[in-house]
Parts: sequence; structure tokens; C-alpha cells
Amino acid sequence: MSAVTRKNRDGRTRARLSSGKAGSLLRLVFSLAITFFGLLLVTFLIGRVLPIDPVLAAVGDRAPQAVYDRVREEMGLNLPLWQQFFIYISNILQGDFGRSVLTSNPVLEDIKRVFPATLELATIATIIGVILGIPAGVFAAINKGKWPDHVVRVIGLAGYSMPIFWLGLMGLLVFYMKLDWVAGPGRLDAFYVDFIEPTTGLMLVDTLIEGDMDLFWNAVSHIILPASILAYFSLAYIARMTRSFMLEQLSQEYILTARVKGISEHRIIWRHALGNVMVPLVTVIALSYANLLEGSVLTEIIFAWPGLGLYITNSLLNADMNAVLGGTVVVGAVFISVNMLSDVLYRFLDPRARR
Amino acid sequence: MRKFIAGLVMGTALITTPLAAQADTPKNALVMAFAIDDMITLDPAQMFEFTGLEYAGNTYDRLIGYDNDDVSKIYGVIAESWDVSEDGKTFTFKVRDGIKFASGNDLTAEDAAFSLQRVVLLDGSPAFILGQFGLTPDNVKEKIYATDASTLVMELDKPYAPSFVLYCLTAGIGSVVDKKEVLAHEVDGDLGADWMKTNYAGSGPFALNKWTAGQSLSLTANENYWDGVPEMKRVIIRNVKEAASQQLLLEKGDIDIARNLEADQLASIKGDDDIKIMSKGKGALWYLGLSQKNEYLSNPKVREALKYLVDYKGISETILAGRSQIHQAFLPEGFLGAYNENPYDLNIEKAKSLLAEAGLADGFSVTMDTRNTTSIMAMAQSIQATWAQVGINLEIIPGDGKQTLTKYRARQHDIYIGRWSPDYQDPQTNASTFAWNPDNSDDATAKPLTWRNSWNPGPLTDEVDQAILERDGDKRAEMYVDLQKKVLEDGPFVIMFQETEIASMRKNVNNLVLAPSFDNNSYRFVTKD
Amino acid sequence: MTTQISTAKPGLKQWLTSDTPQSRWQAKCGRAWLGWIKFSENKLAMIGLSVVVGLILVTIFAPLLAPYDPLAANLANRIQPPSGDHWFGTDQLGRDILSRLIYGAQYTLLIVGLVAITAAPLGLLVGTAAGFFGGWIDAVLMRITDVFLAFPKLILALAFVSALGPGIENAILAIAITAWPPYARIARAETITVRKEDYIEAARLQGTSNFALIIGHITPMCMSSLVVRVTLDMAGMILIAAGLGFLGLGAQPPMPEWGAMVSDGRQFLLEQWWVATVPGLAIFVVSLGFNLLGDGLRDVLDPRGGD
Repeated sequence: MSAVTRKNRDGRTRARLSSGKAGSLLRLVFSLAITFFGLLLVTFLIGRVLPIDPVLAAVGDRAPQAVYDRVREEMGLNLPLWQQFFIYISNILQGDFGRSVLTSNPVLEDIKRVFPATLELATIATIIGVILGIPAGVFAAINKGKWPDHVVRVIGLAGYSMPIFWLGLMGLLVFYMKLDWVAGPGRLDAFYVDFIEPTTGLMLVDTLIEGDMDLFWNAVSHIILPASILAYFSLAYIARMTRSFMLEQLSQEYILTARVKGISEHRIIWRHALGNVMVPLVTVIALSYANLLEGSVLTEIIFAWPGLGLYITNSLLNADMNAVLGGTVVVGAVFISVNMLSDVLYRFLDPRARR
Repeated sequence: MRKFIAGLVMGTALITTPLAAQADTPKNALVMAFAIDDMITLDPAQMFEFTGLEYAGNTYDRLIGYDNDDVSKIYGVIAESWDVSEDGKTFTFKVRDGIKFASGNDLTAEDAAFSLQRVVLLDGSPAFILGQFGLTPDNVKEKIYATDASTLVMELDKPYAPSFVLYCLTAGIGSVVDKKEVLAHEVDGDLGADWMKTNYAGSGPFALNKWTAGQSLSLTANENYWDGVPEMKRVIIRNVKEAASQQLLLEKGDIDIARNLEADQLASIKGDDDIKIMSKGKGALWYLGLSQKNEYLSNPKVREALKYLVDYKGISETILAGRSQIHQAFLPEGFLGAYNENPYDLNIEKAKSLLAEAGLADGFSVTMDTRNTTSIMAMAQSIQATWAQVGINLEIIPGDGKQTLTKYRARQHDIYIGRWSPDYQDPQTNASTFAWNPDNSDDATAKPLTWRNSWNPGPLTDEVDQAILERDGDKRAEMYVDLQKKVLEDGPFVIMFQETEIASMRKNVNNLVLAPSFDNNSYRFVTKD
Repeated sequence: MTTQISTAKPGLKQWLTSDTPQSRWQAKCGRAWLGWIKFSENKLAMIGLSVVVGLILVTIFAPLLAPYDPLAANLANRIQPPSGDHWFGTDQLGRDILSRLIYGAQYTLLIVGLVAITAAPLGLLVGTAAGFFGGWIDAVLMRITDVFLAFPKLILALAFVSALGPGIENAILAIAITAWPPYARIARAETITVRKEDYIEAARLQGTSNFALIIGHITPMCMSSLVVRVTLDMAGMILIAAGLGFLGLGAQPPMPEWGAMVSDGRQFLLEQWWVATVPGLAIFVVSLGFNLLGDGLRDVLDPRGGD
């Protein structure tokens, strides 16, 4: 989860913010295209230098040599590298990500299946993170330098310091194994697995659509632990940012004026100051959301959560490169578009930026 | 601070408390946790994975079956009876009457012939099993055919031992598929290969409900099954990779059966009165492959010394506790001609003197490619510690399964620690990989384990070829015993253990069938109290 | 931050706090001293510092501190609970967990240290070059940086480790490859703010080469924010390294890498929870230490960057 901290601390959004105006839009699109191309190229090259034989995933270890050779040819692996890359790129431009060797499905279909799982987890986590993180940040800001501030700071730093796979294991140990408060790994109990026809792919929504409350609550009891654990990291980040934005606001003149006018402290903090802070906070929340979408690999592994991170990792370890490339493109696209979206939101919401 | 987190999670958890109290699984459904992420196809003509074969065994009927308790007893399933011609080259099968596919179509000899032809024509991983009998995509339509609705004929190129032929038909490739149904989904003359990857066209006790690769597989009972309708109306198999997670799910009653518990989980469920375990010796062998390209390992004295340098007893009692028995010959116990003596045990002194004879009294350094799973890694580390006592510095190179295998197949390893599982129940399957290597050059066409380890077994290759033509069962068995002794003595394989499969289940689950190979593991007789 | 100053004698203190420093050296030391005062008032930062110092000490004195050989397997004595003989119990091969923890500190420190000294200079070089030259060099370098930023970090590291083969050196390399882009961005931002300064222009007019300008004048300006950032990142590096170890790709057995130890302990979580818990706690404490230290350093060195 250090991804959250690092990417956010580097001022990435702020750099983007300066590239405004319609004229530069073209340049933005162009540089996006280049970035994507680079992303594909790097992923492709990694796939080709991996010391894992992709044919092995397709035919298994026990296939005779003749079959092996035939499949290798079918997969185009005997062509020169540049030709393979060219074929791959032109297929992608036609919307064809190829087939996953592991699942026998088109990669796009697989992604449609696994992405909602990740989306659901990240969304719940972000909601929890926002609900707890913003008040914590405000609380710390109004008590600057006193013990509540220190508590929030340590909680935040602890969030950045926690090995998530370990926290996940401990969570399972305590809340599932010992206390039996939540359900275990997976999105539903094993028995319910094929009961739900995926409409949206979001388990919580699908169960409601089908009106099956038992299944809904079952899904809730499965998602709550992994979402809480992911939420901790987004909470840490959101609280920290809220605190510094609030401190900035509270030192502004208009706050002093408001105090002089006799407006209640409560109103000043929660209405005026926080109202102004909301704008930059949107960016922060969006970033943290994007990072959760791409950064939950280990959580998904621990909780057997069939999401995108697990899919990419599994594919990578099986040299199922179509799947890895497809997944990476989606992750990259999500990250870049959330970034852009938060830019737009920022400009739209912030009066100063509109000027 | 940690209290705060705990409180936070607890707070959210409290709301959900009542939900976690979970009822047992329903009486007429079987829920199982099983590592099934190696399953890549549902087509019996293409599959070669253990989990896939187990699926096929429960959803398709095969021509021939064997007795799980005495593999030497063969009986007909779809084939009611059979005859072998005088010259031993023509097999004629009578196909059982009155079997229907899930589609409602009748099962005839025509379907059986199509199914076998299809295996050879598609030329997938398991096609070589039939290829051994001189069947090729070019000639298979003339060699395998139906003369009428209930007669299937198979013509071979040589008079092979009948047991060899029949055992091969007990494998997954012997599954009979619904010709009409499959051809209805044919695209560009692919014999339905694309459709069959994820769909079903069989007649077995269960039918496919849904397969989500890497996640789950669910089956429904075949209410018209000719040999008795299963009591379990649904079978749900959830892919759970981790043994520890499987244990939990089992203890919580979320599942009925856990299939991949390891020694430590098995030890810890021993005291649980709600759980029982069932075990069955499997054909898989754990072994070390010693590359003969390595200057040390190619020394016969070193090979012999290493066979004395495994803590067979320690590993089988702790790391593999309950899941293996010590077995050192290449044919697993239960096979025709299996040699069940284990001449080697841990003997540091003996190994030291052998190494001294080899001029390596001070030891040497060597690497071992090791899959990063718990038991393999633990075995490797135990061996590492043992070898250190005689000065052999073993460097373990961990990797994911596919990664270590890629290296092994490319002959780039020093030592590979692995598991080998027979392809079918005839001794030829292992003889042809542990004792047969017609071409040891880098660009050979056949690449058995002997080849991977760059070992030329010399005259053994011919002896293996002789054994499949020996029609006298006893004589054939003797030939295999002889082969095994020779490989034990000089081969580049430190064969250590034969696997025992263990299924752990809730007390109320009865009559699960575990067979010597995964192909025959069966859920059709399962009942729940 | 130079710790030896803390034992300052009164005379030295006066010298350090002098309002009228006699030399640049004295001024520098004086600033450092003030910084140290400010830093040492921050209790949390001091805790962080002591954790890090503790880690270094444990690394140096591991052979003296560890009660057992961290590699000595004893199958008869496996997964024992904590006791007087084995404070943290034994693992699945009967090895003493405490001793493995102590020796594991070396690898943690090694990883963090080596990643920092590879990734930071790389990022610095890319960033200063991009910021200094601008134009197409900037565009190309920043697009490359973006490509690496758009990757999920762990997956990228995973891919590199798979490609390079397992082992601690390769893990370090893989983490460094994923760690440099933010440094490049920081360095670029700092460079852009200073490159038009008069003194740079002056140096340029004196005929100083571009290379010398970057090394001699630009780089030092980026240092303080970079040091803060690297320190804060060290926790992240530890976590990624542990994550790789957890996935079985970071370190080779029998190396007592903490992430791999957690992974081993996962099998016994229910009954023998300590096998996974103890190394996980160690990872947590050490990375928290680095975070506290970095946080304190930021307050001193980079007051603007308080997020």
C-alpha cells in the first residue's frame, strides 16, 4: 500500500493541474497515447524476457514435444519480437485483447468479470476511509500539537507502515477464526457460489437486484473485513491530507472575521473551513481510490478475492501474457482517467481555478 | 493506536455479527474446497490436469474402468465386453445399450468411435496415449470405427500386451462424448474443440452447471443416470489454494470436504470430532532429478551418495506426515510389476565415504530449482540441511511452478525437486519416462524425464520397448522389476516418496471414493447424514 | 543530522548558537544544530530514530545477539510455542524465530540501503536532466517516468523479479526500478524552480559546463526534499520487499527474510499464530520507525512539504 503514499506525495496531480486550457488538450491526449504505448511496450518486453514458457500454460507439462511445438507456432512465439509486438498492438487497436490461456476466455470477458470485484472492494474501502478519515483529520487540525493530533498522526503513519498481507492475516485470525464475527475469504460462502447471475458484477448490487437478502448479508459479511483493511490505508492518507488542508484554511483571514462576527466555532469549522477544503479533498480521495483499484494485489491474495490484482498476478506467474497486458492496460487506464477526472472536478469546483 | 484499529474493525464487524453464524451446507449438496486453478479446459480429449481429469471422471463415462482397490481387475463401463483377435492387433468392444447423454441423445458405438478419433485428430496433450498404438490423425478414421450401433473396433499396428491397451482406455481420453451435440457446435471443422473447452456433452453421473476458471466449478446430478442416480443434487467445488484456508472453511462447516490439507493442518484437525479423514495411495512420486550435465552429479558415486543423503523417515513423518510413504522405485505401489523394496536410508557415513571415493571428500556446490509451495520448500530445506553435513552446499532457487518447470524442461537445472504422476495405470507410463531415452541430444523429439536430466539409460531403452510387447502378464511384471532395480542403482533420480491423497471431511459425509489416480475419484456415491 | 553534536560542551554550544558565525562551516554547523534541537523536541521522531538506530545495531551485532544459528534446522523441534529456550518459538523446520528475526534485520537494512542508493541517484539524474534541459529531453524523460508510475508497483516489481530470477539482489534491483520515478518528479520540480536563478546564470556565464552545473549547483538544491522523501519511502521499500518475500520471490531460503517468514507462518496461523505474527510485527515496527523519522525530518528540513 505504499503505492498510495508514494504516488500521492509526489505532487503528480498538481503537475497535471497546470496543463490547463483547451489548446493543450491535444498535447495531453498525445502524451497520454505515448504513455500508453510505453506501458504496452514495457509490459510486452517483460513478458518476453520472463523465464516462464507461455506454451507450458497452454499445454501442460505432460504434453508430447510435437504438440508443444505446434502450439508454440500457433501462439506466434516463433516470430521475431518486433513482429509479435506489432501483431499485438494492431489487435488491441481493433479491440481484441486476445484469449487468456489460463481461463480459455477472451481477456476482455475475464476483465469484465474480475474488475467489478476489485471495484466493489475499493469503493467500500474508500467510503469507510472518507467517513472516518475526514473527521479524524479535522479533529487533528483543531487540536494541533495536542494529543489528539499526535494520535491521528501516529495512526496515519502506522497505516503507511503496516504490511497489508500481515494485517489481513491477523484480521482473519481474530475476526473470522477466533471471534467468528465476519465471514472468511471469498465473496460469498462456498455454497452460494453459483447462485447469483452477475448482472453488474458487484455482489452487493446483484444480490439486491435479485432480492435475496440472505445472499446480500452473506456478501456484506465477506466484504467487510478486506474492505476495512484497505480502508485503513485510505483513511490514513485522507486524514493526513484533511489535517493539513484544514490547518491552511484555519489560518486564513476569513475565519478570523467569522470568529469576530460571533459565528459559532462549530459552524466555522464544519461549514466554512471544511467547505473550502472539500475541493482539494476530492482530488485526494480520487487518487486514493485509484490507488486502491490498482494496489490491492496482496489483499486480494489473502482474501481469495477474485479481482483484477489477483488475476494479473496469477497470469504473470503463468506467463499468460495476453491477460497480463490486458489487465495492465485497464489498470493504467483507470489510473490515468481518475487522475484526469479529478483534474476536471477540481477545475469545475474550485472558483480560483476557474478564473 | 492498535486498539483504535481493533475498535474500528470491531465496530463494523459488530453490525454483521449475526450473519456470520452460518448454517451447515444443505443435505443434498456437496461443497468442496480444492485447488483447481490448474484446470484449463473441460474437454476430455485435450485435458491432462489432475483436477480436469477428476471432473471428466464424474461427468463422462469411459469405455473401461478398473477396480480402485485392485488395479489389476479391469471391467467394462460403456464397453460391456471385448475380444482380442488371434494376432493381438484388433480389439472389438460391445457397447452397452440404453445409455443416454445429458442432451437426450442415445449413446452408441458411433459416439465411442468419434470420441477416440477426436482425441487423435485434435492432437492435444493426451493424444499420445493412443498414438502409442500407431494411431495418427491420418489413419485414425480407418483404424477406429463402429460396425453397428453397439460394436466398436480398434486396429493396432503391433500386438501390444492387452493389459497395456485396456489400461490406456481407462484414462480420460476414454471418455465418450456426444457426437451430435459436439458437432452441432463445430466451428471451421474444429470438431467442437473451442466449444468443448468450457462446455459439456457427456453421459456421466453429474453434468456441468458452471465453470468459472480459477474460482469455482459446479455440477448437477444426472437424474437419468443409467447406473444409479447420485444423492447429491449439486456439487460445488470452490478453488481454494491455501491449505490453511481450506482447514478453516472445513472447521467452520462452510464446506463438506477439504482436499488439499497438508501435514500441519492434518495434525491440527486430528482432535476435532466433527472431522474425519480418508486416504488413498496415489501414483504420484516425489523425486530429485540430477542433471547429468553437471560435472559432480554425473559421477555415479555422487549419485549413489545423494541417495543416502535424504532424511526419508524424517520428511515423511513430519513435512509430509500422512501424505506419503517412502518409495524409491519408479513404479508406484499398486502398479503391475511395482518393486516395493526401499534399499536406501539416511546414512551420512556411507555417503561420506562414497564422496571420498569420488574425490569430493570436501563436498561441492550445486543448485536446486524448487517450487515455492510449503511442502516442497520444506523438503528442499531439510535436504539442504542434511547435505550441509557432508560439505555439499546446496543453493535453493525458489520459483513459481511454471518458472521452475520451464527451466527443467530446457535442461538448465542442476537438481530439480518435483513430483511425477503417471498418465495412465499401465507401467509403461513410468518406464517410458524414467528408463527410456532414445535420443539424448538437445534437439530430441521425445523428451522424457531421462532426457530432461540428460541421462542415457543405454540398453534400458530397448528393454522398455520389449516390455510393452510381452503378452504374458507375469513375465511382463518381471521385466519391470528388473528395470526398476537398474534405475535405482544407477539412475539420476532420487525417488523418495509415493504420494497419499487425503481428503478431510465433515463427519456426516459418507462414501466419497478416492482412487489410485485422480481420474477415478468419484462423488456419485456420496451421502450426507 | 550529525548525532555526535548532541554531546556538545558549553563552549561548543556557544560556538554553534553564535549569532555571528565566523565561517561558512560554523554557520552550517549552527544550522544543523538548530535543526537537531527542533528535531529532538519531536518525541515521535526520536522514537523513529531510535528504532532505526536499533535496527542498525542489531544488524551489526547479530552474531552476538542471536541465541541460535538462524539456519539450523531440527525437524524434531518444529513449531514450538514461545518458551524460555525460544523466546518467540520455532518455525516449521525447528529454527529459532528470534535468531531468524535478528539475522533478518540485516536483509531489511540491506534492501533499504541499496534501494535508496540506487533509486535516488537515478531519479535525481533523470529529474535534474529533464528539468534543466527542458524541451524534448524533458518530454521524453517524463513520459518514461509516467509509464513506470502508471504501473501497479507490486506487479511491476513482481514482473521484474520473475524476469531476473529470485534472490535478494534481484529483489533490490526490482524495487529500485519501481522506486525512482517519484524522485525524478521531485528533482525535476526543484530544478525548474532554481534553474533560472541568478547564481546559476552567473555560473553559466563563467563557462561552467552543463554537467558541472547540474552536479555542482542544481543537485545540492534538490537534496533536502529528496532526503526527506527517501526516508519516508524506506518504509514503503520495506513493505514491497516484504510483499515480494511473502509471495515467495524476494529472498532465497533459508535466508531469514521477514516477509518470507510471515508467508511460512501462514500455514500455522490458526494454531501457532506466533510464527506469522512475530515477523509481521517486526516489519511493522521498523517501517513505522522509518516513517516517524522521515516525518520528523520533514518538519526540520522541508517545512513547506508538510503535505
